[in-house]
Amino acid sequence: MRNRYDEVFQRLKHNNELAFVPFVTLGDPNYETSLHIIQALIDEGCDALELGIPFSDPLADGPVIQQANLRALKHHVNTQQCFHIIESIRALNPNIAIGLLVYANLVFKTGLDQFYQMAKSSGVDSILVADVPIHEAEPYLNSANKHHIAPVFMIPPNIDFTSLEKIASQQCAYFYLMSRPGVTGAELAATMPKQEFIEKIKSITTTPLLLGFGVSTPTQILEAKQAQLDGVISGSSVIKYIDVFQSKAEIIESISYYVRQMKQATRQN
Amino acid sequence: MLPLINPYFGDYGGMFVPQILMPVLLDLEQAFIEAVEDPAFNQELSTLLSEYAGRPTPLTLCKNLAENTPAKIYLKREDLLHGGAHKTNQVLAQALLAKRMGKTSIIAETGAGQHGVATALACALLNLKCRVHMGAKDIERQSPNVFRMKLMGAEIIPVTSGSATLKDACNSAFRDWIGSYEDSHYLLGTAAGPHPYPIIVREFQRIIGKEAREQIIKQAGRLPDQVIACVGGGSNAIGIFADFLADKSVQLIGVEPAGLGVDTNHHGAAIMKGSTGIMFGMKAPVLQNSDGQILESYSVSAGLDFPSIGPEHAYLRDIKRAEYVSATDKEAIAAFQLLAEKEGIIPALESSHALAYALKVAKKCTAETIIIVNISGRGDKDIFTVQKILESGSIQHA
Repeated sequence: MRNRYDEVFQRLKHNNELAFVPFVTLGDPNYETSLHIIQALIDEGCDALELGIPFSDPLADGPVIQQANLRALKHHVNTQQCFHIIESIRALNPNIAIGLLVYANLVFKTGLDQFYQMAKSSGVDSILVADVPIHEAEPYLNSANKHHIAPVFMIPPNIDFTSLEKIASQQCAYFYLMSRPGVTGAELAATMPKQEFIEKIKSITTTPLLLGFGVSTPTQILEAKQAQLDGVISGSSVIKYIDVFQSKAEIIESISYYVRQMKQATRQN
Repeated sequence: MLPLINPYFGDYGGMFVPQILMPVLLDLEQAFIEAVEDPAFNQELSTLLSEYAGRPTPLTLCKNLAENTPAKIYLKREDLLHGGAHKTNQVLAQALLAKRMGKTSIIAETGAGQHGVATALACALLNLKCRVHMGAKDIERQSPNVFRMKLMGAEIIPVTSGSATLKDACNSAFRDWIGSYEDSHYLLGTAAGPHPYPIIVREFQRIIGKEAREQIIKQAGRLPDQVIACVGGGSNAIGIFADFLADKSVQLIGVEPAGLGVDTNHHGAAIMKGSTGIMFGMKAPVLQNSDGQILESYSVSAGLDFPSIGPEHAYLRDIKRAEYVSATDKEAIAAFQLLAEKEGIIPALESSHALAYALKVAKKCTAETIIIVNISGRGDKDIFTVQKILESGSIQHA
């Protein structure tokens, strides 16, 4: 459903704010802590959530998110438990927009319809399947439509116009603009998309544009605002605190501080 | 943009990659189609294969191996190819393709190190930079090949994530490519991964079967009854099968690594014990749990230690054109020793799996049976591994 996203993007536009969307892996570092981390993200004012289901072979992810996947799997967090975490979060936060970012095999093995149905009933609003490009996407889009889940696609800088148009014709929650080639991670900072590229996208769709891959600082949020983008997604820069700190309290405190800073930047001009 | 060639073999194959790799794979497909239609490209490749790599490789009739049986076992001697394995065939071709596309660097993954060695030699020859992703566990068990690659100027990138074997090296190579496709070509080493790789690798390995077919007709006066090859990803198998596909009388048999046994948790028999999944950019049989998490495979031979298999093999199994069986570590090591003792040839542990199955067939047959076994590589790289196993007595000499 786009409803929660529509509401949040309308409100942000009205307030001249960008969306700050943190990404974390469900069950990282374990079930309990993950639940508290996600609640902390919401409490600090993030505008939507992007949540990953841990996968053994995260092809598009850099070292920080790879570790997150492995930590969760080491604690035997499975797909069903991930949906339980989302259910608990949804029960406490009826309005937050929740997106899933998954690898295809987790959807395929469970069964497309079954997976989208489980996602819907746990409270998910959108799903991005990282390794399903638009021309393989039809069965996934069919299940998404059937279960009222909004699709999300990545828009890389090298995308051809036909694929872009095909993606734009879907009722996406937002477009995940890939800032640069490469895997996820803050080691390689984002490059702001060229103005003409953003204009080209905006000429064919009103879907909000969120920038990800290497977005980790408040300065980049200001740059994104100048570039007429609608928000940013940060994953590795949030997750790194789970790696650095041992205690749950320290992890939550540092992540909260970071999210607060990032959210604050979205309000600046 | 859409692919020009159908990316699917029945239900298997496809292009399951992040959107950013789509234009890159489609460019590669386009370049491949243009290259194979270009006489100059084919001429350059065939000169390299004959004058540099040593093609054609012989087809050797075993003198002693199948004594007291009516079977005639012929070995397709890819072990004699420069580099020590069949990998060189398609690596030279892809390296030429990369140059044609204006790429200056090559990325490769390797398990046993054979594909890495082949890539390193092709890059040295053709002045390309080379980085080889290799699982840390494999670096340890295949040290001679690691040194060979370094001698030829390749950079080795150790992969410590996951199981630190071939699967993780594949992931790592892909991640590298997602960030470097502008100047780098990913020289994938097996008939697996996203389209167009399964087709590119098959076409550039087809020469194995093409030669073997001509040779067996000349040497034995008829087509073989069986063609047997080991399968990890499946490049040597698809290479020797391809030109026999139309010969319906020829039985095609792929041998998967059964490790400690297909009923244990320590094997790599994806087609026998796996189920359809999406991994490494393709839809294919894969060893996985009920959630779709990919399981770690196991085999004494690093080159077969892979939890999935190329899509065309799954298709050939479905349409019953090829049959897939397995051989255990123990059977492979016994075959390895036996070929050395009886014929003076030390095969790769990978190829020893194919040989082990051929020996089983030979023992059972009652009338003259002509079997071709693809000796996809030589066993020099494996001698320390086998020595260690035999000395520890953990596997008995058959």
